[in-house]
Amino acid sequence: MAENDILKEITEREYKYGFVSLIEQEYAPKGLNEDIIRFIWEKKKEPPFMLEWRLRAFRYWQSMKEPHWAKVEYPPIDYQDIHYYAAPKSFKDKPKSLEEVDPEILRTFEKLGIPLRERERLAGVAVDAVLDSVSVATTFKEKLEELGIIFCSINEAIRNYPDLVQKYLGSVVPYTDNFFAALNSAVFSDGSFVYVPKGVRCPMELSTYFRINASETGQFERTLIIADEGSYVSYLEGCTAPIRDENQLHAAVVELIALKDAEIKYSTVQNWYPGDKEGKGGIYNFVTKRGICLGENSKISWTQVETGSAITWKYPSCILKGDNSVGEFYSIALTNNYQQADTGTKMIHLGKNTRSRIVSKGIAAGFSNNSYRGLVQISKKAVGARNFSQCDSLLLGDKCGAHTFPYIEVNNSSSIVEHEATTSKISDEILFYCNQRGISKEDAIGLIVNGFSREVLNQLPMEFAVEAQKLLSVSLEGSVG
Amino acid sequence: MEILKIENLKVAIDGKLIIKGLNLTINSGEVHAIMGPNGTGKSTLAYVLAGKPGYEVVEGEITFLGKNILELEPEERAKEGLFLAFQYPVEIPGVTNANFMKTAVNEVRKYRNLEPLDAFDFLQTLKERAALVGLDSSYLNRNVNEGFSGGEKKRNEIFQLAMLEPILAVLDETDSGLDIDALKIVANGVNSLRKPDRSFLVITHYQRLLNYLTPDFVHVMYDGKIVISGGKELAYELEAKGYDWLKNGNNGLK
Repeated sequence: MAENDILKEITEREYKYGFVSLIEQEYAPKGLNEDIIRFIWEKKKEPPFMLEWRLRAFRYWQSMKEPHWAKVEYPPIDYQDIHYYAAPKSFKDKPKSLEEVDPEILRTFEKLGIPLRERERLAGVAVDAVLDSVSVATTFKEKLEELGIIFCSINEAIRNYPDLVQKYLGSVVPYTDNFFAALNSAVFSDGSFVYVPKGVRCPMELSTYFRINASETGQFERTLIIADEGSYVSYLEGCTAPIRDENQLHAAVVELIALKDAEIKYSTVQNWYPGDKEGKGGIYNFVTKRGICLGENSKISWTQVETGSAITWKYPSCILKGDNSVGEFYSIALTNNYQQADTGTKMIHLGKNTRSRIVSKGIAAGFSNNSYRGLVQISKKAVGARNFSQCDSLLLGDKCGAHTFPYIEVNNSSSIVEHEATTSKISDEILFYCNQRGISKEDAIGLIVNGFSREVLNQLPMEFAVEAQKLLSVSLEGSVG
Repeated sequence: MEILKIENLKVAIDGKLIIKGLNLTINSGEVHAIMGPNGTGKSTLAYVLAGKPGYEVVEGEITFLGKNILELEPEERAKEGLFLAFQYPVEIPGVTNANFMKTAVNEVRKYRNLEPLDAFDFLQTLKERAALVGLDSSYLNRNVNEGFSGGEKKRNEIFQLAMLEPILAVLDETDSGLDIDALKIVANGVNSLRKPDRSFLVITHYQRLLNYLTPDFVHVMYDGKIVISGGKELAYELEAKGYDWLKNGNNGLK
């Protein structure tokens, strides 16, 4: 085998979701202006209030500057050189059932391990599949409806439940929040919507699978999850994209609302295309995720496994407004080759006796940069609040970097904030020690990385924990010589 | 049966010759001790046997169980039955002793076409062998060597030796940094692991370990070569006369 073939085989093995599906696409013209926003609004057949909402966000966005405080570097993004809407042509008239969906689209999701057809569906997991700008299908919808649970694309929710949407959309992440949130508010095209009524415990995992297929296109999805009083829901999102030389923008917004005694568990396995070994291509993942514990005794728990994207910029956060509410953030961020991640969380304690827990594990290999950035803010009124943070970094090799930027603001004397941090390195000495016990380099790294990540992996729903564990090993393949 | 045969071995690090023509043969069940002053290449010999990168074999051969081990990767040598108790055991973040040993033992078993050990049996074996060197079973759930004292790290090496059941165990200055109680525990551990089909190569600077661990042969290494070999009495003679005795070239073998 020629050297090039070997190289090719290795790169393809490393990112097995890099294929492109040949689906006829309908694009909005490149660029962003009010006409494009009207185009998206029309395509989506939304009620008038949304056009106003989008335009307000767009006008505000025009007055904003792209933020550059994160420890990431990239060439300037030309926001006029992106398609803000791409949808399969066959979706012009939205298919009414799966039988009408282009088989190539169904095959795409099957290849990704997300069968949508009734007989092959994953047991115990309801899936909303989003391809570029549209939701393809949502499984188990009827079954969930029996319990009063709404699980559909955000687009359907806007049309069918405008009151709920109007009440909560933008209530946690207003369009004024940041540059990418404003952009998303102006152009978002699809995403998932969940409403769990009072006292209902959602009996299955809800999950959305995001897939970017079209080239030179941004994906701007919006997710809104509302857990009414005393309800519980566990939600998982997964993401992949084809291998392309260009960088693609993904700017999502996720809002979670937990009312009194409600609990939302939100897990992410992010595996966007990370770019090649030289750092060419890959997704720019600029995401705003935030939840509010609105009622007392409510709980929001974020778990994320971030292995993909050329750049990750995201800080899933909790606003702990209700007394005794709990916020959690469990994160594994793995960067290899030339990937850059600046990720962490914000825990904003407003209510009495609110508690938060942060467990962040950063793994850096190759020439990558991996930063944890977190804010723990305890207001004057948050009497008796507690926070525990643990930030651990693991380095492979000596060309990568790990950084920790913890910000702590405490405004009352009855609160307790603890912060622990460690940095370890998988040195040649450690690898040789493992070799001497009969364990190969790859297995040794897998063993160490999985052990290092165990606390976070344990938080994932069972079905996905195994998948995430494999993903960690695969993402590090070839990281040691 | 011949286990290890080293012939005219020359090893360089960064182009500098450290081992300068070493010969040694170890048969099954034998305990050999290598003594000598600091910087004569004793630890280099241990690392070369285990296959540590950065050690260049310029000349000579090493045969282990009839195979040329210089062609084998470090993990293959380990699976063939060669064990090195490190002078400075490293800490492994995130990996518990139990998990580390489970992985290692099953890798070795796979190599020998054996089924992985049943979880219950494995746990029993772990506890028994940990007790052999006085390690409490709570150690098994701690990360490998993390936060261990010097003595605990050395005991952990012998515990791993007990778990992996090697054919040849190389002990690189296992006695260094140990107080007399820890030394006894380590030596007793090793003694209980002596078997007719297991050989030992004990590298030490001092004779005191050999009070507890009686060798069949003692070799003295100086300036990259074995300069004198003998029975266990050689260790006492050396202790009495000191290493200067060698430097003066009065050993009668030269």
